[in-house]
This record gives sequence, structure tokens and C-alpha cells, in this order.
Amino acid sequence: MTMPLVLVIVMVVLYACGVYLMLDRTLTRLLLGFLLVGNATNLLIFLMSGSFGKSPISTEATVEEMSDPLPQAFILTAIVITFGVSAFLLALIYRSWRLTHDRDDTVQDDEADLEISTTEALTTEEVTEEDLEDTPEFDDEQDDDDISPDRDGVGIDVNEAPDSGADTGGNTGGSNTAARGSGGRE
Amino acid sequence: MIALVPLVVLIPLVGAAIALTVPGYRRLQQGITLVALSTAVVLSGTYMWLVDSYGILVMEVGGWAAPFGIALVIDRVSALMLLVSSIVLLGVFVFSIGQGLADGDGDTPVSIYYPTYLVLGAGVFNAFIAGDLFNLYVGFEILLVASYVLITLGGTAQRIRAGVTYVIVSLVSSVLFLAAIALIYGATGTVNMAQLTVRIGELPGEMQLILNLTLLIAFGIKAAIFPLSFWLPDSYPTAPAPVTAVFAGLLTKVGVYAIIRTQTQLFPDSSIDTLLMVIAGLTLLIGILGAVSQLDIKRLLSFTLISHIGYMIFGIAMANAAGFAATIYYIAHHIIVQTTLFLAVGLLERQGGTTSLSGLGGMMRKAPVIAVLFFIPMLNLGGIPPFSGFIGKVGLFTVAAELQTTEAYWLMGIGALVSLLTLYALARAWVLAFWRPLRRVEPAEVRDVAPSTEALMLRKREEALIERLQDAPDAGPQQEQKSIPRLMIGATTGMVIVSVALTVFAGPLFAYSWRAGEAIADPYRITDAVLGDTPGKLGGGSGRTEPEVVDE
Repeated sequence: MTMPLVLVIVMVVLYACGVYLMLDRTLTRLLLGFLLVGNATNLLIFLMSGSFGKSPISTEATVEEMSDPLPQAFILTAIVITFGVSAFLLALIYRSWRLTHDRDDTVQDDEADLEISTTEALTTEEVTEEDLEDTPEFDDEQDDDDISPDRDGVGIDVNEAPDSGADTGGNTGGSNTAARGSGGRE
Repeated sequence: MIALVPLVVLIPLVGAAIALTVPGYRRLQQGITLVALSTAVVLSGTYMWLVDSYGILVMEVGGWAAPFGIALVIDRVSALMLLVSSIVLLGVFVFSIGQGLADGDGDTPVSIYYPTYLVLGAGVFNAFIAGDLFNLYVGFEILLVASYVLITLGGTAQRIRAGVTYVIVSLVSSVLFLAAIALIYGATGTVNMAQLTVRIGELPGEMQLILNLTLLIAFGIKAAIFPLSFWLPDSYPTAPAPVTAVFAGLLTKVGVYAIIRTQTQLFPDSSIDTLLMVIAGLTLLIGILGAVSQLDIKRLLSFTLISHIGYMIFGIAMANAAGFAATIYYIAHHIIVQTTLFLAVGLLERQGGTTSLSGLGGMMRKAPVIAVLFFIPMLNLGGIPPFSGFIGKVGLFTVAAELQTTEAYWLMGIGALVSLLTLYALARAWVLAFWRPLRRVEPAEVRDVAPSTEALMLRKREEALIERLQDAPDAGPQQEQKSIPRLMIGATTGMVIVSVALTVFAGPLFAYSWRAGEAIADPYRITDAVLGDTPGKLGGGSGRTEPEVVDE
């Protein structure tokens, strides 16, 4: 019932590297991380089978000498599942990469989430400023109307902003709304 | 009788295989799916009756005796879950035929939709009848892989983005689950749940706690309980309407079901009940606050889905027969109602062209039928008295009141508040979508009248609000409005009727849940049923590591 220390160390290193890779935004690294973690888990199952002995069932070894075949069956199942899922993930990553026009291999931002934060900022900002500004009458509003098609344009920009500068999503959103606010007022 | 047990998994799988071989013939595929799912409904009904009259059904696959071979176990809880989920799968399937998944023949790979859907069903069923931790894992993997395909169906940018998050989160939870199985096997030398009941009890307390928490995290991700629920509202709403409906109804509940099994069968004297209470409260609150702030109906519903998982965890955390009974009834109610709501939103999306509250309005006149179809499950989910949501919540609160602990009282309060907030969030969505006049063009017309200062101010605010609504997330490109096939309306109406039937037959159903709750509150019943003939195994005398187990 000795656990081979080497295997334990290998498992730990695999887990560590795998988790480290999975924390990355790049999808390919994520996949590699997943593979490492998956294999580390297989090793864990293997280690959990206790002492290692002769091959079970097929040999004439006595029960005491055999190693436990059940974890090996688990591992086999897990390997097959990991294999299938990796194939699917690869296809997914490739598709994601193509959709960003072959230049971005990272997890895309959830636009809906980003926009919820930016739209919230938009209302508070706009209402208060317009409250302060009082009633600068009509011409203002007509401009507003004229500009409205542009607004849609800006709106699309907001959508695309996260793609280019993902980590500054909040900021770009903010500046866009500011630009929009000023655009409306001029 | 026993030979019937694996059929519920086999038939959808075989159906999927056959359907895959005839990719060109959509009608034929639909026929096969219909037959497979209807059979599943009938089978589940039969199980329910059999289990209720004759006791737990145990099938030893391949004739290997229980702790060595794989056992399939159907008790009252599994039977009810099977019945409800097969009904939901059938209802949503009819809906998706109506939609044709639909009109998008050109860009969606319809030929894989039906087989994948059947595989999803098989995975869900397999998870429900697994009597073996590893088989449960396999069931999860089957349904997850099928769900990966369904959620990224068509491969549009949005779905791929959502799919990536979903797939990776699910993978992490699967790896955790697998690691937990490995640890449990290492500690006890078995993965048979019936045997684990005995053997885990023999482990030292800290070891039990570690194993329990590992499993809880793994299942918690799937069930979307509070700190682990972030992925759900991002990924579900992007999928096609029927897919979202079936995911929302079933997948999280499989996680909840697994938590029930963990807490009742593996760790009957678990020490984490207080933790579960806290989690339940947070899930309830955070989920519903998320829902209140959403502008897109699908996202809103996804958040209410998370929130209501809290009720089920609440029932589990009370850890007595009555609590389990209330949870079981609540799960059945929630699967059906949540699915129905998503189907109604699917109709709404089709009629109105969007699910964003900014783009919808005046639907009452255009689509009164949808208004009713949305309204009934909405009241139901909010817990308005005649409906099953009310009955489920009263069930939970009664148990909590009898428990008389501080946490239970707190959770009663939170539960009542969340029920109100659910109603508020949904009613707000309903009013905005159906009663509010559609006013995208309006501000331009008012402009000619010289307004007073206040009126102007008021209007500006209004405009700011409208603008905000129009900038709403997911407003996306407006789809063109499409006509609604009768079949879709029919399927949704059918689901609404089923949800009302939960109220009409609440008496027998609650009595059934009660029996089910009592049964799972005593885990040794299942142990007896599964390992029954070998009392030596039950005595607790069996060593923790038993290498002989291997050799049969």
C-alpha cells in the first residue's frame, strides 16, 4: 500500500501547471490546461487504487497480488470522455478564432454584461447633466434627431470595443457614452 | 419488470443512433424522436406506479451482483424526476418541431439536432437512475456533451462566445466530480452509492467533510447555486428558444438531484446543513436581484432560475423527511413552470422579433394568446395561491416553521421576499412587453407643441429611459417578426396545462412526494434494496479497503 512518490509529484505538477494554464484568457492555453488537469485527475484515480501488483484477472496471480482493475476502468472511461471533449473544444476554439477574423484566440467578453454596466452609467450621467443644463430648447433636440442614425453607429462601436481592447472594456464603454453625450449636445 | 429499467436510457440512445443514419429525412427523424420520447414518458409513468406500489426497482446490469457490477436504481424520487423530465422533453420537442428549428434550415445543421436532443435525454435519464457514483458521472458527461452541441448550434458568434464559457465551466465541474469520485474510491473502496451509505459513515468526520464539500462544489456548479452560478445567465439565453427551455428546466435540476442524493444517501449525517442554509439564502437573494435589473426577458428568466434553485437547496438543508418532500414537489413544479415560461418567451420572441424589453411593446393587442400563456406560469412561479408554486413554497415554509431554528426563520423571510420580487420582476416584464404601447417613434411627433419646462424635463427623462432601454443588452439586430405555427402555440399551451395540472393533482402528488421524502430520509432502505441479499455487507464489518472486491 505504498504510494509511489514520483507519481504523486507528477500529479501535483500536472495539476499546478494545468490550473495555471486554465487561468489564461487564451483558448488554446485553456485547452492545454484542461488536458493537463484531466490527466492529473486520471493519475489521481490511478493512485487511489492502492498498491500495485500483477495484472488482474488474466494472470494466475492470487487476489492479494493483483492490482485493482476498477480504477483502471474508470481511467479508461475518463480518457475517452476527455478525448471527445477535447476534439469538440478544438473545433469550438477554431470557430471562435475564425469568427474574430483570425486574430483573436481569447475568451470573448459578454457584451450584454458590459453593456449593463455602461448603460447604467449612461442614464445617471445623462439625466443629471440635462437636469443641470436646464432647457436649452429645441434646436438641440432637432440635432438630436439628425444625429440619431449616428447613434446607432456609435452603438455598434460599443459592441465591438470589447473585441479590440478587452480588458479596458469598461473604459472604452465609458468614453463612448461620453462621446455620445457630447455629440448629442453640440 | 426489472428488465424495463434500462430501457428509458437505451431507447433514446438507440433512437439517436437510428436518427443519425437518416440525416436527410427530417420527418423520419422527427418520427423517431417522437416515438422514443413518448416511450420514455410511458415508461416513466410505469416506473412511478411500480415503485409506488412495489418498492424500489434495482437492476444489476449484466447480472453482476450489486457492489461489484453497476446497479441501476429507481426509487420514488428518480421515478418522479424521470416522468417530469420526459414530459418536458416531449413538450419542448413538439415545440421545436413547430419551430422547425426551423425556418433556419439553411444555416442550422438540423440533421444533428434531433439525435443530439435524444442523447441529452438519455444522459438526463441515466443520471436519474444511476445507483453508482461513476455511472452518475457518465450520465452527466452524456448530457453535458449533448448540451455543448446544442448550445453552440449553428455556430453564430454569440453562441460560440457563450458556448466557450459554458463548456469550460462544465469541464471544470466534471473534473472536480471525477477527482471527488477518485477520493471517495480511495477512502472507501467502492463507488456503489448504496454501499457508500454504510462505508462513508465509518470514515472520520474531517474526511467526510472534505469529500462532501468536493462533491457539493462539483454539483453546485451544475445546479448553479450562488457563488457558482455566474455562468448560467451568460450562456443560456443565447441558445435557440427550445434549447434554452429544456436546459433551464432540466440541467440545473439534475445538479440539484445529485445534491439530494449526496446529502441523503452518501452523507446522511452531514455537518454542512447550516452552510447549505446560507448558500440557499444567498442564491435566493442574489439571483432575484440580478433578475430585477435585467432588460432582456431571457436573461431575467435565467436569473429567476438561479434564484429559485435556492428554494430547493433550502429544502435539502432542512435535512428531514418533510423538507425533502417539499423539495421534491418544488423541483417537479419548477422544471415544468420554468420550461413553460421559456417556451412562452420563445413565442414572444418570434412574434415581437426580440426578447429585449426595449423592443417589445403593445403585444397585448398583437398576441393576446401569448400574453395569457406567459401570464399563467408567471403567477405560478411567483407563488400566487391557487398555483403549484404557492403549494411548493407553503410546503417549504411549513417545514421551516416546524424546525424553529434561526436560520430556518431567516430563510422563510427571504423566501417570502424572493417570491414577491419574482412576481415583481416578471410582472414588470409582462407589463412592459404586453401593456405598454410601442413607442419607438413617438418622441418626434410630440415635438411640435411648445412644452412647458417641466413637461420638457419630464420628457427628457422619459427619453433617456427609452434610450437606455433601446441600448439594452442583447437588443441585437432585430429579427424580422415571424408567424407562429400552431404547433408551437399548442406545445406551449400543453405545458401550461401540465403546470396547472400540478395544482389540480397537488394532493396525490404531494402525498407521493411525502412518501418519496420519507423514503430518502432513511438511506438504508435503498442500501437494503440494492445489497439486500448479502446482509454481511451491511453489518459495517466490511473493511474500508477491500481488494478482494475486485475479484469476482
